[in-house]
Amino acid sequence: MVNRVVTGAHYGLRDWLAQRITGLVMAVFSVILLVYLLSQPALTYASWKALFERGWMRVAALLFAASLAWHAWVGMRDILMDYVKPTGLRLFSQVLCLVVLAVYLGWTIQVLWR
Amino acid sequence: MSSAAAKKERPKYLSLPALLFEIRLPLPGWISILHRVSGLLLFFPLAAWLLYLLDASLASQEGFDRIREHYLRLPVAKLGLLLFVWAYSHHFCAGIRFLFLDIDKGLDLKTARITSGAVLAVSLAITAFVAARIW
Repeated sequence: MVNRVVTGAHYGLRDWLAQRITGLVMAVFSVILLVYLLSQPALTYASWKALFERGWMRVAALLFAASLAWHAWVGMRDILMDYVKPTGLRLFSQVLCLVVLAVYLGWTIQVLWR
Repeated sequence: MSSAAAKKERPKYLSLPALLFEIRLPLPGWISILHRVSGLLLFFPLAAWLLYLLDASLASQEGFDRIREHYLRLPVAKLGLLLFVWAYSHHFCAGIRFLFLDIDKGLDLKTARITSGAVLAVSLAITAFVAARIW
């Protein structure tokens, strides 16, 4: 039987699959944004601001940020499970990661809908 | 039996000097550990730094000019940008490679080595290209 610990993995396919799907979502967004920016003549404040005021861009950027949070959580948890052995320290580090990711997400929303 | 196993001297192959000087990782191993290192760097501090840049550059015309004309011209900011470009391209390319490995493509040794070399080369080439552009 699997010895279930609270700071361990979630013993299933879900996070593994989520990390791959969120990775793909971010990859597609990155390529689209890169191609768009490279196709623009010269970046000015007006065009930069206009880009992030478009509805689809806000939704896509939020989707990217949410994907990043989930993806990075799985990745950071894997790293911490490999290198941080004491349960208390591992729990603390994992909570710290979640707090940082929540701050990133909140900051992104605040930047996008200002 | 367990006590006999416990008494037996075990080689400590995961000490730092062993990791640095004794264990010679094959190329796909380097891609894997660099994927982890780049992921960690992207999580912190690079994501926070990029969010700061996005925030400041979208806030106002002055912020945009400050970031573009002053801040990103500092050598240390350029180095930070290059670190981001390398970490993002490596994580991106290695990630795509891992997705193919997940669906059992490119598992044989020869292909695995070739794709590893490609991941390393492409991400370094993108970084060198950006370095040439910003200097």
